[in-house]
Amino acid sequence: MKIYEKGKMTGSRRLSEGIYELCIKTNIADKSKPGQFVMVYPKGKDTLLPRPISICEAGNGELRLVYRVVGKGTHEFSTYKTGEEVMLLGPVGNGFPLEEAKGHAVLMGGGIGVPPILQLSKELRSESVTAVMGYRTGDMFLKEDFEKYVKTEIATEDGSFGVRGNVLDVLREKNLPCDVIFACGPMPMLRAIKKYAQEKGIKAYISLEERMACGVGACLGCVCRTTKKDAHSHVNNARVCTEGPVFEAGEVDI
Amino acid sequence: MNTTVNIAGVTFKNPVTTASGTFGSGMEYGEFVDLNRLGAVTTKGVALTPWTGNDTIRVTEVYGGMLNAIGLQNPGIEVFCERDIPFLKKYDTKIIVNVCGKTVEEYVGVVERLAGEPVDMLEINVSCPNVKEGAIAFGQDAKALENITKEIKKVAKQPVIMKLSPNVTRIADMAKAAEAAGADAISLINTITGMKIDINRRKFVLANKTGGMSGPAIKPIAVRMVYECSKAVNIPIIGMGGIGNGEDAIEFLLAGASMVAVGAANFINPLATVEVIEGIEKYMKENGVQDVKELVGAVC
Repeated sequence: MKIYEKGKMTGSRRLSEGIYELCIKTNIADKSKPGQFVMVYPKGKDTLLPRPISICEAGNGELRLVYRVVGKGTHEFSTYKTGEEVMLLGPVGNGFPLEEAKGHAVLMGGGIGVPPILQLSKELRSESVTAVMGYRTGDMFLKEDFEKYVKTEIATEDGSFGVRGNVLDVLREKNLPCDVIFACGPMPMLRAIKKYAQEKGIKAYISLEERMACGVGACLGCVCRTTKKDAHSHVNNARVCTEGPVFEAGEVDI
Repeated sequence: MNTTVNIAGVTFKNPVTTASGTFGSGMEYGEFVDLNRLGAVTTKGVALTPWTGNDTIRVTEVYGGMLNAIGLQNPGIEVFCERDIPFLKKYDTKIIVNVCGKTVEEYVGVVERLAGEPVDMLEINVSCPNVKEGAIAFGQDAKALENITKEIKKVAKQPVIMKLSPNVTRIADMAKAAEAAGADAISLINTITGMKIDINRRKFVLANKTGGMSGPAIKPIAVRMVYECSKAVNIPIIGMGGIGNGEDAIEFLLAGASMVAVGAANFINPLATVEVIEGIEKYMKENGVQDVKELVGAVC
């Protein structure tokens, strides 16, 4: 069951260039699982629709949201002060299938796809799990958080930290054992992961992003092409907010 | 206080329904809204066969509203009859099924298929701006509208609402054409065709280039059109376009609508439908209105 309620800020800060964090006290926190997200309702008069924001961490009645400021809504979020309240709806989406983390699981996050991988790392925490994070530059965020839970590797596009290149370059260069991939990040990264997984004959669970309006599965705005008939319309167009955002890479046409 | 309204022989417990396409068949919002509270649920458009809809991006926010170009993705009438109607029948609310098609035959096919189903009214979507064939083509030409209305009325077993497009020069002419052809009611407005361009990428934001605009910014246009239609026809009007609270709804009733629909506001506030109902009741109480029907067309 999703909850629609007011959440109260317990913290709000900047993490790196354009990347911000909100900590919010809400009943949604203890109901959520890794890979799910919340709809956050901006209050500004020139914004109307809620913004889907992935859950970075959840526990003890608190959600930690880490997001990039990309427009008016997220800019407004970055101005929230401790104690301020905001409407939330969640948890939304299916989340990552934790039970599929067999053998050596590699958890990959790219850019603003990094945050949802943190809660996943916490819950899958084990010797056989590696987190691989990709950033543009050495202006990284959440790196220390990952290192608390799992072995963490870093790729930067400009080579200023870790492996130069992307998350898959890390996998190849370090020759990491990999039996299954869980990933969130920009579409080119997810496409490359899908291809890699197909070549290796392994499963990859990827979290997709799409423009949303309602966030509850009613408007059919946020669909993605699927190889199988989708649950709602039976037309191979699944709702990212409801059947997703996590799909097995082989099931989606990206 | 009496909030019931009667449209074409169907009695609704209150004059509030949902705008087609914004509420699915109620399943999703049923988690937040007690569907028993609603006068009716108007479903997402359903066609004879499953429709894939448009490519993404399908939705985008604009100042004062949003654009959508979903393209009427739907599972087709068979799945709808097996799944959505039984779901809605569990609730004490009326069912208005929105019907779409690419040809007159397709519309007629859906209407025929619904003849034996326990639904209360049909709303014929001749005004979706986001599909290549059908839909709006029937809603922008008075002759075509009259023709399709007649064909549907021949086979329909439930009262028929023709949903009009605001993307016309004189909407009153369309209302008259629908009435002349035997429509039991009209609903308006569907979305207003719009466009948004990403100036950084120099590309259309929506995959469909154009989309239908909805949300608070279109309300004055919708109120004006409801008023014009109410002066032109005698059949009841279901008014919609930017309704987000009770006061918005009252404006539509005063302009001549007998019932209203809540659309994009559901996205902005999942509880919008119930808040509109409560807002109407509050207005009635505060203004000593005994019967909501007193408000219909009461602007002077």
